[in-house]
Amino acid sequence: MSPKRFYGISPAGIDVAKLSGQLIVIEGPDSSGRSTHIDLLAQWLEEQGYAVAQVGLKRSTLVGAELERAKEGNVLSPRTLSLFYATDFYDQFENRIVPALRAGFVVLADRYIYTLMARDIVRGAEPGWVASVYSMALVPDAVFYLVVSLNTLVERTFQSHLELGYWESGMDCGLSRDWFQSFVRYQKKIRNEFLKMQKLYGFQAVNANRAIPAVDRDLKVRIQQVLQRTE
Amino acid sequence: MRAFEAEELPGKLIAVEGLDGSGKSTQIHLLHQWLKGKGYRVFFTEWNSSVLVREATKKGKKRQLLTPTTFSLIHATDFADRYERQMLPLLRAGYLVLCDRYMYTSFARDAVRGCDKAWLRNLYGFARVPDITFFFRLPLDVALGRILEGRPQLKYFEAGMDLGLSLDIAESFRIFQGRVLDQYLAMAEEFGFTVLDATRSVHAQQKEMRAIFQKRIDLAAFHKRFVQ
Repeated sequence: MSPKRFYGISPAGIDVAKLSGQLIVIEGPDSSGRSTHIDLLAQWLEEQGYAVAQVGLKRSTLVGAELERAKEGNVLSPRTLSLFYATDFYDQFENRIVPALRAGFVVLADRYIYTLMARDIVRGAEPGWVASVYSMALVPDAVFYLVVSLNTLVERTFQSHLELGYWESGMDCGLSRDWFQSFVRYQKKIRNEFLKMQKLYGFQAVNANRAIPAVDRDLKVRIQQVLQRTE
Repeated sequence: MRAFEAEELPGKLIAVEGLDGSGKSTQIHLLHQWLKGKGYRVFFTEWNSSVLVREATKKGKKRQLLTPTTFSLIHATDFADRYERQMLPLLRAGYLVLCDRYMYTSFARDAVRGCDKAWLRNLYGFARVPDITFFFRLPLDVALGRILEGRPQLKYFEAGMDLGLSLDIAESFRIFQGRVLDQYLAMAEEFGFTVLDATRSVHAQQKEMRAIFQKRIDLAAFHKRFVQ
């Protein structure tokens, strides 16, 4: 069993000693292949006899729908949006992640606090404020950061959607009136935040420019080590 | 973003705090009516009233989905929405901004629910400390009497039922309110509350509130400008 700890203080009513499962986080920009890899990993883990729970952002019962609606209208201030996301995160954290870990599941998280923090900081939030808001999050057993070059990212985004999304392009940040320029600048800014966090939080970078099977093998080898270490 | 805190703004921020039943909403309503009647630039806002966030809060409370953390965060989201879209712009535009409850409500209630005090203070770190915070002080049994006599339909979270203090909702409410009062009293000095004796008549309290208000705030600066 892996000893767990929180980044800062523990949320009211959660006993960290009872969390026997493993929390594995996959981070990376949209179109980096996160969900594809999580599906492959889930299947593989279940074949090996591990119970798996999948979680992601914006999926909470509490505010998931409201958050989606608010984003469509684009009327929330950055801080309101960031607190809305924090509410969504902790709702899933306390009601899905923690119970699954308590029951001994391997929790595969499609992004975690890092994406949320990077987005807030790029939009002008104080890093210290953001870190404190998320200080009740559990330290994962491993964080894999899928690194994709900007060219690959653009290509994959166009291959799957034929257009760039408003939020993924950071159009609310006023970086450029040109959608493509804005996308490139925004993704660079997010990446810079991730590089800063990589040292701070100890992410394992995974080169995701490669074909899916190659990245998949790489992830499985590393996750196998995590499971051996923490069981 | 914390830099705003130090910045001098032309507007003034006034908050009322106190237990349910302390009469604070009545008092700030009367203050608001008086200022409006005199033709001052004034804006009034209530805790938990942002249109965007209210639906989620209502659902969470109704289905009892909220944990101490998410209860606190959803109220902070509501506050941030009102703060950044209304309160702060109006303070910059030179308004008197009146708030029925402010961050101290969260500091008191959420601390009772077990949230970390330093975490709560940081959560609201972007919000200005009001120019005046009126705290309506009332002995616990008087406040409880007012609520329990007049409004027996207590709500789940309002009564602190999520804390498991008692299976009896009125008893849970009593214990919860007692703890909230302790938190308020401990904060009174830390945040420089202006404490008013809420056992007196509504009229007497209002007279005192207006007197303090006039003494502390230069009202001449808040007359409406005539715009052609």
